Amino acid sequence: MKAAVIVFPGSNCDRDAKRVLEAVTGKPAHMVWHADTDLPDVDLILLPGGFSYGDYLRTGAMAAHSPVMREVVAKAGKGVKVLGICNGFQILCESGLLPGVLLRNVSLKFVCRHVPLRVETNQTIFTSAFEKGQSVSIPVAHGEGNYFADAQTIEKLEGNGQVVFRYLDNPNGSMNDIAGIMNDKGNVLGMMPHPERVAEPLHGCTDGRIVFESLVKALAT
Amino acid sequence: MDTQTQSKQGGMAISPEIEKLIKEHNMNPDEYSVLLGILKREPTEAEFGVFAAMWSEHCSYKSTRVWLKTLPTTGPQVIMGPGENAGVIDIGDGQAAVFKMESHNHPSYIEPYQGAATGVGGILRDVFTMGARPIANLNALRFGDPSHPKTKSLIAGVVAGIGGYGNCVGVPTVGGETSFHASYNGNNLVNAMTVGLANANRIFTSQATGVGNAVVYVGSKTGRDGIKGATMASGEFNADAESQRPTVQVGDPFTEKLLIEACLELMNTEAVIAIQDMGAAGLTSSAVEMASKGQLGIELDLDKVPLREERMSAYEIMLSESQERMLFVLKPGHEKEAEDIFKKWELDFSIIGKLTDTGRIVCLRNGKKEVDIEVDPLVESSPVYKRPYEPTPAQPELNAADFGLPEGQTLLSVLKTLVGSPELASRRWIWEQYDCHVGTNTAQAAMGGDAGVVRVEGTKKALAMSVDCTPRYCMADPVMGGKQAVAETYRNISAVGAKPLAITDNMNFGNPEKPRIMGQFVGAVEGIKEACIALDYPVVSGNCSLYNETNGQPILPAPAIGGVGLMPDVSKMATIAFKGDGQSIVVIGENKSHIGQSIYLRELFGKEEGVPPPVNLTAERRHGKFVRQLIDESVITACHDVSDGGLLVAIAEMAMAGALGCKLEGPVKDAGFWYGEDQARYVVTTKDPNDLIARAETAGVPYMILGQTGGSAFILDGESLELDWLCELHERWLPDYMGS
Repeated sequence: MKAAVIVFPGSNCDRDAKRVLEAVTGKPAHMVWHADTDLPDVDLILLPGGFSYGDYLRTGAMAAHSPVMREVVAKAGKGVKVLGICNGFQILCESGLLPGVLLRNVSLKFVCRHVPLRVETNQTIFTSAFEKGQSVSIPVAHGEGNYFADAQTIEKLEGNGQVVFRYLDNPNGSMNDIAGIMNDKGNVLGMMPHPERVAEPLHGCTDGRIVFESLVKALAT
Repeated sequence: MDTQTQSKQGGMAISPEIEKLIKEHNMNPDEYSVLLGILKREPTEAEFGVFAAMWSEHCSYKSTRVWLKTLPTTGPQVIMGPGENAGVIDIGDGQAAVFKMESHNHPSYIEPYQGAATGVGGILRDVFTMGARPIANLNALRFGDPSHPKTKSLIAGVVAGIGGYGNCVGVPTVGGETSFHASYNGNNLVNAMTVGLANANRIFTSQATGVGNAVVYVGSKTGRDGIKGATMASGEFNADAESQRPTVQVGDPFTEKLLIEACLELMNTEAVIAIQDMGAAGLTSSAVEMASKGQLGIELDLDKVPLREERMSAYEIMLSESQERMLFVLKPGHEKEAEDIFKKWELDFSIIGKLTDTGRIVCLRNGKKEVDIEVDPLVESSPVYKRPYEPTPAQPELNAADFGLPEGQTLLSVLKTLVGSPELASRRWIWEQYDCHVGTNTAQAAMGGDAGVVRVEGTKKALAMSVDCTPRYCMADPVMGGKQAVAETYRNISAVGAKPLAITDNMNFGNPEKPRIMGQFVGAVEGIKEACIALDYPVVSGNCSLYNETNGQPILPAPAIGGVGLMPDVSKMATIAFKGDGQSIVVIGENKSHIGQSIYLRELFGKEEGVPPPVNLTAERRHGKFVRQLIDESVITACHDVSDGGLLVAIAEMAMAGALGCKLEGPVKDAGFWYGEDQARYVVTTKDPNDLIARAETAGVPYMILGQTGGSAFILDGESLELDWLCELHERWLPDYMGS
């Protein structure tokens, strides 16, 4: 699996994403600077966590207009897999690749802790290595993770099985405890929890590694 | 000039403007006469500002330098000791740990969010200016009594500021401490520590070389925020602290993140000769520092400084403490290469001057020479005071028998009170606002544990770090308090299985012009010195924050110590949580029921009296080595140092962390044994008590078996308490107090 990590000014989990991708795929990940307009042809594009553009205006709002994002949207349209983690999820919503928006946590405070989640579907390339309904523990670290969308969108997401991860102990007030969703074609996933932070024994839990193992299984070329 | 108002000063008339400047900058008349001696003429406003900033307490350490010089700063592990922006220690395999601690006490009281945020920003810069990538942050916070009206808003603002800045730049916050005392009502303390990782033979300093080389300004634009920040930090608060709000700098973590990446990228090339971050007194201290270290002159054209506001005077530009700015000296021919890097990261880059051989700092503004001062005397003859000091009178020795369980209380009812008290309650409400995982190298965040542990990327090594100080001990006996602060970091680092290597310090004290306060400082330095020597644990960097007083009320002295240790194999790291049923609980060290200055005495009897617990440095060294060996050879399954609250609180913390009960039997049933705060102690659990006992006896280390882990209750001498209830009490105080 060939992967690219997009680096925006203010991204701070790009090096973490690179490390877990290389550990799981055994291949170097391409680090793509946001101002570049050409993306190498890869199987997976990863939008990492962080504070792109310092969260000015809205989280992810400015990054969504970076030159490289036009390329990411185009490739996603052609079916390339895209994974957005935390700030990456916010950028996917702001760029229209995913519906809805991430609002300020109801607690009005940044929250960083391990959160129990349920894997709602394993019929996706991102979660095929999980058991359906499996409960896992993946840490969150954000101030704006409160997922919101209008009623029809929520209904569609639930009806189509596009809710991939659901909080079992909601840390931010997200509607329907939504922690991660994918687009209707199933090739773009956005999730607030950080799977790369529970990917090796040092982390005390490796539930997050299964996301990357699922991707390698599905995209191994 | 109105002649009547002149007053003579060294045979030269003082103009009213200068008179006003002297008062505004807390400069005393003798210092002004030294200034005149150097300049041989009246200073311009900008020159006066340069002298006042460089000679402020904050920058010159004039009241403390004499004593700080006595601290041990060398050892085989020390690559660079005090004098540079941060200390550098060797951690093997060509790598170095770079670290320091700094305070933003005054700004954080005036404007909690920005004051604390810029404290984090400033200490980060001190570390990456040496060429190190910051890999961990810690902080030590001291707030007023919870009953004081300002305390809650200060906590909310300071914690949000530290989190807001640290989380955004992507450096994990992995440890720290928070305590409350009425003496901080008008003067809270915010100390921030950063640990970075560098290539041992690519450490950068501020020593400028090469006459004619370009001096380059990079980072944010300069504004009027933080002007006179250094001098404000060197004066007592008076009632109208609010009016000093403009002197508090404003931080932008987004720009700092760009600055970190850009500077590290540049320092990876061959372009850099010297680099200095702009901290206290901004451009003034960084330019003077560079010139002085390089024994050169420096010429700056202030018109070239990127400005955020119009019509800024030379004074304002030289003394602004706008954040996220660095000064570089580049090798000739590398200017374009450097500029491209800063353009990529969308940061300002401007060549604002050059090095000269005049040995003077010369600054031009609108073509006019506004500053022309010889560097050496400006730096060398900054005042040094040997201020009079009075040692703290000895406290009475208390007898634990006089402070048995109060009427109607049992050992476990007291435990419920203590684990739910402000000083010992859970700090989760605070540290859950800090990102402790970013970087994915965090093996353990010291949230309730003993030390933060961060893996050295790409290796199986890890750095362990801890910040500690017990101000009530230091108040009662500064020498013992200084020793105890060093010893507690030594214990916390040993308790996770790492070898303590070196420390940084943040000396928070009241007004040094008062002999009793100066005596506290002198005593603390003496205690720190003794502990560092005895434990082979030198000081490699530090910071002083004095004049922490409001309306003449001084703080409890807080010589905070930040320790760093090395763990050869992170897979062997120990944590405090009970790991399984039926394991023996053993205390290492002597239990002498020392009740003086204990939390038990304060919470149950409302007394802050008595001699603090004595520190036996030989025992600290021997017990630390013994515990590290137990961890390395996997003899024990959990380890926790015994500190605030004493033995029973330490065991309760281990039970709560592991969500596992225990059954204890004490040799005696008195409060002194369980709540005394004797030092050099650890609690460990083991599946093989006989092996542990045999080893302790051969090592000559005192020990005592206290009981076994297991079940869901916390049982002591037959009295039982549900662990869930204990956890509820422990977790509830802070969220209830903060009203969330």
